[in-house]
Amino acid sequence: MPGLLNGKRLLITGLITEQSLAFGVARLAQEEGAEVVLTGFGRLSLVNRIAARLPKPAPVIELDVTDTAQLDGLAAQVREHTDGLDGVLHSIAFAPPSALGGGFLTAPWEDVATALQVSAFSFKSLAVATLPLLTPGAGIVGMDFDARQAWPVYDWMGVAKAGLESVTRYLARDLGPKGIRVNLVAAGPQRTMAAKSIPGFEQFERAWQERAPLGWSLTDSTPVAKAALMLMSDWFPATTGEIVHVDGGFHAVGVPVGDA
Amino acid sequence: MSTVKNTREEIVEGLSEILEEVAGVDPKEATEDKSFTEELDVDSLSMVEVVVAAEERFGVKIPDDDVQSLKTVGDAVSYIEKAQG
Ligand SMILES: NC(=O)c1ccc[n+]([C@@H]2O[C@H](COP(=O)([O-])OP(=O)(O)OC[C@H]3O[C@@H](n4cnc5c(N)ncnc54)[C@H](O)[C@@H]3O)[C@@H](O)[C@H]2O)c1
Repeated sequence: MPGLLNGKRLLITGLITEQSLAFGVARLAQEEGAEVVLTGFGRLSLVNRIAARLPKPAPVIELDVTDTAQLDGLAAQVREHTDGLDGVLHSIAFAPPSALGGGFLTAPWEDVATALQVSAFSFKSLAVATLPLLTPGAGIVGMDFDARQAWPVYDWMGVAKAGLESVTRYLARDLGPKGIRVNLVAAGPQRTMAAKSIPGFEQFERAWQERAPLGWSLTDSTPVAKAALMLMSDWFPATTGEIVHVDGGFHAVGVPVGDA
Repeated sequence: MSTVKNTREEIVEGLSEILEEVAGVDPKEATEDKSFTEELDVDSLSMVEVVVAAEERFGVKIPDDDVQSLKTVGDAVSYIEKAQG
């Protein structure tokens, strides 16, 4: 049976554990027929071990999105594995501890700058670095956490996500004429490495259990992966600069619905 | 998963090899009483890698939720021993 992504070539960043949203995306992409190239940051030996748990082998390229030389060399490295790309996943975020978990009023600019660079500016960097390989119709997708409102403990990462949302619209503006679409998936909370490093993250877990009209699994990232891959596929050909909420409907309701 | 069953000594030895490879822990230090984070300085990402490597080496599955209860090398050895059945 033909898959949703037969013959598609995807570059997937951000895989570090089996819980990583990027792992769910890579696994489903391969199951749907895509050819996957991964990038890994820092712990390449861990990334390689986790990559080996995917259904099919996938090459791993080292990429620190704050490293200009690595960004400049990315297209050439990807070309060793595939001559073009139909989709790119940005699944990268980081904030130093001072910028998360309650230090909003005291976090120093240097730490805030790191959060903004790794979590928002890098979406632009990755798009530009992969542009030579992207074919018309290609889709770039990033991972968002709804930034329209302030959250407990999310602090400067929340500001970074607001930036990411804006970067998405500007990328849509500038890459649209090349036929390239740029969209975000605003995911509900998932127990990943990044999430567990936020002190007080349990508050989100509880809030989602109480409020998401469809219910919400903190450990199954399949719904997020499905949406990200739909946005990369041919099935959203006229959608760009968009944010698709994959959060069990949390964003649509203001107060937990009672048992009635 | 695997039909192999290791002795406690074999598991300690395997774990100390993994700890050396992944986190640069001196094998002499990796005794059962040592805690991963406080005494052996294994950070959270290294711990993930230790677990992944141990799963492969000993043919067991260590779910994420259980990893937090593995404070010392001895805890991990007991867990693996039990998981091997
Ligand atoms: N987990 C959640 O609850 C949740 C919810 C909404 C959005 N997101 C977003 O999903 C994305 C992926 O996070 P995750 O939850 O899968 O956690 P994760 O920890 O598995 O992934 C984060 C990734 O960012 C990478 N990274 C950090 N700094 C980097 C750098 N300088 N260069 C390249 N890569 C770097 C890490 O190596 C890691 O692979 C992030 O953008 C995150 O904000 C997560």
